[in-house]
Amino acid sequence: MSDRVIEVRGLRKSYDDFEAVKGIDLHVDRGEVFALLGPNGAGKTTTVEILEGFRNRSGGDVSVLGNDPARHGVELRRRIGIVLQSTGVDPYLTVLESIEMYSGYYPKPRAADEVLALVGLSEKRDVRVLKLSGGQQRRLDVAIALAGDPELLFLDEPTTGFDPSARRLAWEIVRNLTELGKTVFLTTHFMDEAQYLASRVAVIAHGEIVAEGSPQTIAGRNHRLTRIRFRLPPDAGGPPSIDGIIQEDGVWELRAEDPTSQLHALTSWALERAVHLEDLEVSRPSLEDIYLEITGGEEVSA
Amino acid sequence: MSDASLALRQVGYTNKAFWRNPASAFFTFAFPLMFVVIFTSLLGSGDLTLNGVTINLSTYYVVAEAAFGVISATYSNVAISTTFSRDGGILKRTRGTPLPAWAYMSGRVIHAMILAFILVAITVAFGAVFYSVTIPTGLPLLQFVITLFVGGLSFCALALAITAIIPNADAAPPIVNASILPLLFLSGIFVPLGDNTPQWIITVGTIFPVKHFADAMRAGFLPHVMVPTPTGPVQAFPFEWADVLVVALWGVAGLVLAARYFSWEPRR
Repeated sequence: MSDRVIEVRGLRKSYDDFEAVKGIDLHVDRGEVFALLGPNGAGKTTTVEILEGFRNRSGGDVSVLGNDPARHGVELRRRIGIVLQSTGVDPYLTVLESIEMYSGYYPKPRAADEVLALVGLSEKRDVRVLKLSGGQQRRLDVAIALAGDPELLFLDEPTTGFDPSARRLAWEIVRNLTELGKTVFLTTHFMDEAQYLASRVAVIAHGEIVAEGSPQTIAGRNHRLTRIRFRLPPDAGGPPSIDGIIQEDGVWELRAEDPTSQLHALTSWALERAVHLEDLEVSRPSLEDIYLEITGGEEVSA
Repeated sequence: MSDASLALRQVGYTNKAFWRNPASAFFTFAFPLMFVVIFTSLLGSGDLTLNGVTINLSTYYVVAEAAFGVISATYSNVAISTTFSRDGGILKRTRGTPLPAWAYMSGRVIHAMILAFILVAITVAFGAVFYSVTIPTGLPLLQFVITLFVGGLSFCALALAITAIIPNADAAPPIVNASILPLLFLSGIFVPLGDNTPQWIITVGTIFPVKHFADAMRAGFLPHVMVPTPTGPVQAFPFEWADVLVVALWGVAGLVLAARYFSWEPRR
């Protein structure tokens, strides 16, 4: 049997009349970076907060590191680290004091200097939290989650509100964690984040898992038709006669089952007539396209 | 580390953050000390007729502002700082760690109690040095310390209870002040309730814990003041366990409400 870190079967959660999570199955193995993707209100946060022991479930079986979070919360919390969007740190303590305070709660903490180096906050160690930028505070969040040297790390939308360079940095931090052998459970609504970080992705919508797989193959992404797009100059003399070609807003588009031969036909046609294919683009559907398709085109980001 | 030492360790961090926050250091700590200086300077040379005897207003105010110090360090401080921590997601983060909830809360309560004792000590020392206030000794001292303990813990419990009706950090100072300031006035903390105070004020003061707390504290300072009666002189300011009991009952009510309604997560 593989090393299961999280096992969820038939998880349900209702708030009064509203069923936020409708019987989902999930599993995460040791060393994986698992991303739970979904639009706002899909049930991501509810699911992750049940796994962390913040909320009680209405039904189903949940095992996290062999513990039921609803019953063995303290044992579980010794071995996990949690980065939530909605948590903070006392603004009047310094970075180092904060990390030391939280390390003290754990049986086998990681050295504060190491934690600071992992998130790149070594130079800020004696600065009060109050004086940190937003991005630095998020890195401190991660540092505190690492203070207890957890086996499993929950990251709830870790880069929401980050500028592009801060996101890159955060991603590098997560990559470093996986090199340390940590298992990471990530929730996000950024497709590129899931694609870059996750080894496995599940998409949740309306409280149900609607797709699951690697970012490359999820929902048959690897089998989807390749899309060829280009523009033609006005004097090109009409489009090539290739089956299924369509035009929209001056852009010609072709869904190719066999991109090699269809691209060959297209470029041969263009070369014969000395036509320049402007903005020529060959692409597979992005994870975002797939996501929009399976979640019914709900908004992607907040 | 044992849970008890975790709680003590938490006191240290609470203390650091407390003194570095100008708002808490000023309003919780400096305010009651300012009040004792202002009231005794303005009125301290006068006399007050209370319970049929005449006492120095300076003694009255030293005791009353010591009581105010306890309420400030426990009730106002704990209610406001806990709401700020809740709103800032600090409480929720703590819930995600193995630190037991009671160890975290004990850290805060112990810190508040230490502050309260320091405020009382400074206030009483000030009274002793500048206004010849007699410091309690013997049995009255013991009763005084018990009163401080029961009062401080009860006001901490009430503080945790009231956070349940405070929607967010911005609302914390006004709601806390609105809940306690009128009561401080109606309980003789800022203006003495002399022998011809309107009955409704006495009634209100008797229902709530502040006046009972201040009365029990005052008994410690004036145990030898006697008032003549037809059956001979009796203590004008006797120590009544009933006062301590009323304060404790309020504390238990606060604890029950806090256990039921206290939230570790920001309210939206």
